[in-house]
Amino acid sequence: MVTPFVEVRNLVKHFERGGGLFREKSVVRAVDNVSFSVDEGETFALVGESGSGKSTTGRCMLRLIQPTSGEVWFRGENVLGFSSARMRAARRDMQMVFQDPYSSLNPRMRARTIVEEPLVIHSIGSKLERRDRVADLFTLVGLDPAHLERYPHEFSGGQRQRIGLARALALNPSFIIADEPVSALDVSVQAQVINLLMDLQEQLKLTYLFIAHDLRLVRHISSRVAVMYLGRIVEMGRTAEIFANAQHAYTRALLSAVPATDPDAPRARIELNPALVNRDAPLREVSEGHFAAV
Amino acid sequence: MEPLLRVENLRTVFDARPEPVVAVNDVSFEIRKGETLGLVGESGSGKSVTAFSIIGLVQEPGRVVGGKVFFQGKDLLALPENEMRAIRGAGIGFVFQEPMAALNPVMRVGAHIAEALTVHGLASRHDARARAIELLRAVKIVDPEKRVDDYPHQLSGGMRQRVMMAIALACKPPLVIADEPTTALDVTVQAQVLELLRDMKREFDLSLLLITHDFGVIAETADRVAVMYRGKIVEQGAVRDIFRNPQHPYTRGLLASIPGGEPGTRLKGVQSEEHW
Repeated sequence: MVTPFVEVRNLVKHFERGGGLFREKSVVRAVDNVSFSVDEGETFALVGESGSGKSTTGRCMLRLIQPTSGEVWFRGENVLGFSSARMRAARRDMQMVFQDPYSSLNPRMRARTIVEEPLVIHSIGSKLERRDRVADLFTLVGLDPAHLERYPHEFSGGQRQRIGLARALALNPSFIIADEPVSALDVSVQAQVINLLMDLQEQLKLTYLFIAHDLRLVRHISSRVAVMYLGRIVEMGRTAEIFANAQHAYTRALLSAVPATDPDAPRARIELNPALVNRDAPLREVSEGHFAAV
Repeated sequence: MEPLLRVENLRTVFDARPEPVVAVNDVSFEIRKGETLGLVGESGSGKSVTAFSIIGLVQEPGRVVGGKVFFQGKDLLALPENEMRAIRGAGIGFVFQEPMAALNPVMRVGAHIAEALTVHGLASRHDARARAIELLRAVKIVDPEKRVDDYPHQLSGGMRQRVMMAIALACKPPLVIADEPTTALDVTVQAQVLELLRDMKREFDLSLLLITHDFGVIAETADRVAVMYRGKIVEQGAVRDIFRNPQHPYTRGLLASIPGGEPGTRLKGVQSEEHW
């Protein structure tokens, strides 16, 4: 059997809440025993609504937050076992693109410095080589290198997301976790950034973990998808299969809630009754490569 | 028959240097009784400023500099502020995008609704509470007798938006303006709120001006649609016609930006203006 490119095994992240003088601590199971694997070169989507644990899963994988338990295998090694120095080196190969292009870029840094910073941190290249690399990266993401000296506020939202992407690509990573990379953007700008992500994937042979709530988008760009609900994966499989043949009640409700882009499309809203969801049902293979917690 | 709302050549500018920005540029449309008009556009297109211009709530440095807004036969732009205040709420209700920003965090849910009723003299303070519970029930809030005493932070995003609807409907206005009412919500909650909007429209015999950036919301809710781009309406018509046969390159581009075609293909998106 081929080792998967990235494999998450039994990932758990609990947050403790409260615990004041007269209050009991409570535990929020943000990520509750999540396992999935991503193949090299594919786009794997984690989809869910707010509070489903999809972003926390992504952050745990890069150890931006420390998971409670579990394993994250990348190229045959468990990154959760890495020392912090080793992890820093590993991050060259695994990068993250964030949702909000307004808050994820330092407003006091010029675009050049933002894109160059990872190269400086990892002591890559001479000053001159870095200068060329940054200009190349700017061109790669469709920005004009003439604007390198500008500050983030001088760019539009879509352009800022391109800067974030250039920064993520600076170290030549093979794996990118994109956490809602276009949800803060206008529809027409979203389309441009999605096209760019698909072009870059082809050009640079990238593997994506795409975290999103927009099912229309997920259907468009991902080869496989895992649906998260309350910290767990409730359904997983090839995207076309999940959209055509959803088995879990939550997936069905979610799919039926997507606004139609056709005014004549029949409206068949399926409501989820949370009381009827067995949260402890394990994922089982319902057809080849299609798993559902039913 | 005279439409409920008729906007004619509306023009709103924001004073800025070196020259004023024209946010709403010669905008005209009408809403007939019982109809939902969707006003769709991207950020900065002027769709929200259009709504604020209609109800006379454009903030400085913006000001309405031209046009007419006829509502039930009166030109709202010519009305003195005290008469305008009577129109807001009782004639035209509104639902905003961010219910948390629109609700007062230290006022109970019931007090918000009661205020809307008492300001317009539609209920005594004594009756207001019972009316508030009735309205919460109408917008399908479970346990309205309990929820009426909740503070906004105790409610989920979807429930807050239902409370906003209850406030908007309190005085039974014939027209409701909803500005991105579902944008901040999860998709399953959005579906519930859109359904509620459709139900309320029927039960309260409402006309709706629905402002959104999402053509999906338009397809689900509106009868007619007006597409705004840079302060202008570039196309308007029946929803089905616009979806089936968009004429303006911007409308075509917006529709082509929505993922939904063959997976993995490039999205066509909006072409730059020089190709129009």
